[in-house]
Amino acid sequence: MNLTLREAMLTFKRAPLLSVLSVTTIAFSLFVLGLFGLVVVNLQGALRDVEERVEIVAYILPGTPAEATAQALKDIQAFPEVQAANYVSEDDALARARAELVELRDVMQELERNPLPASIEVKLKPGFRDADHVSLVAERMRGFGFVDDVRFGRDWVEKLDRLRGLAAAVGIVVGAAFAIVAVIIIGTTIRMAVLQRSREIAIMRLVGATDGFIRRPFLLQGAIKGLLGGLVAIGLSFAAYLLINRYLLQSSFFTDEQAAAIVGFGALIGLLGSATSVGRHLRRV
Amino acid sequence: MIKFTNVFKAFPKGGLALKDVSFHVGKGEFAFLTGHSGAGKSTVMKLIYAEERPTSGEVRVSGYNVNDMRPRDVPLLRRKLGIVFQDFRLLEDRTAEENVAFALEVTGARSSTISARVMRVLTQVGLAAKAQAYPRELSGGEQQRVAIARALVNEPTVLLADEPTGNLDERATRGVFQLLRDINASGTAVVMATHDLDLVRQAPYRVIELQEGALVYDSAVDEAGGETRDQAVAP
Repeated sequence: MNLTLREAMLTFKRAPLLSVLSVTTIAFSLFVLGLFGLVVVNLQGALRDVEERVEIVAYILPGTPAEATAQALKDIQAFPEVQAANYVSEDDALARARAELVELRDVMQELERNPLPASIEVKLKPGFRDADHVSLVAERMRGFGFVDDVRFGRDWVEKLDRLRGLAAAVGIVVGAAFAIVAVIIIGTTIRMAVLQRSREIAIMRLVGATDGFIRRPFLLQGAIKGLLGGLVAIGLSFAAYLLINRYLLQSSFFTDEQAAAIVGFGALIGLLGSATSVGRHLRRV
Repeated sequence: MIKFTNVFKAFPKGGLALKDVSFHVGKGEFAFLTGHSGAGKSTVMKLIYAEERPTSGEVRVSGYNVNDMRPRDVPLLRRKLGIVFQDFRLLEDRTAEENVAFALEVTGARSSTISARVMRVLTQVGLAAKAQAYPRELSGGEQQRVAIARALVNEPTVLLADEPTGNLDERATRGVFQLLRDINASGTAVVMATHDLDLVRQAPYRVIELQEGALVYDSAVDEAGGETRDQAVAP
């Protein structure tokens, strides 16, 4: 192990330029991936905010007994899809309308009778906020005899569905493309490092080094390069995030876990890239 | 020690590099392998250190059968051999001492014993004073001595030298050759491929000559039949 570490470190000392080049290449490949990751993370956040607003409202026929409504509320709260269900009385509805519709305040003041119905407002749990589940719950609520009408903005929910699908598809396709490009570029860089030392590898074999002995320093070195590249990429991403926040728009950064995943991904590509490059080289010569 | 029995070796693109070659080099022997460029000397060497496998026939080296050797046994065979090349094949970015130590490190030798063993062989080849020099700071003859020290450090039973004096001037050639003779005198078998006939004539050693892949002369066999070496070796 000591020897492996020493040999791996020697490479950085002996070929500093190529080492810096490898780390830089890895860093920028992962940086591009990281920038795209930031877009995805923020887009997901924005979509979640919009999703929060998905709501089903059941309007209740006037004169429905309070006990019946209370029982229905309990039933609805027990639906597996439902996160929260609230009863909004006729008076609450009027108060809210007055607060929200300032332009119509005068009209509202002059009303002799409250024209607004009581309602039950339902929010669904995350994961159930798509058109299918929303319709299903709405249908079930319509089944209560005292429910006059159920509204949930069908068009709007369906649009949200499409947007979510599109975001996922673009995320997977572009993310995969970026990841593949990163793997190819990093693999090529590591291949260069292996080729640069092919003479040395040949000599090692002549003096009786096993393939495992030859391979280990390369694997360690690849993993270290990947790790360093990942750290630099996170630093660059953070700088980009700061700039975007200051000059463009309020956004959020990776969670610690996501950042660690990017660094880990770098180390993994470094390791696997070295393993395949050295493996191929050793099989060929 | 080294035994070739009816060995044929085909080139990958057709044609034969070796045709029906049989010989045996025993313990402690010194044998020259001569012949023109392309006669098959290097192929014989490569078969001995298992870089190549015979197309047919049998190659046995130090108890290993090269024909059906498992790839993971190849490093073990090479640790029993010392190999020296015309172009030295030293690692440019390591000192003489590190180059020699390297051959011990790959075998997993205990690090506490390495430096003493390295200094002993460097002393043996007369380069103890230049242990800290890098190859580029050494003359050709000195570089070849480092390579020989590296070959010796694992205490091989056979030293293979493929044109070891090919890149050296006359004086360095004499020095390196004398070193190989000393090594042989201490009990290590030496197989030296060369086309330097002056060297071959200088020493009373066995000569195996190849011509276009065929063994045309072996002093150990043919001299009994009355043929003289000079006739056979002359180009």
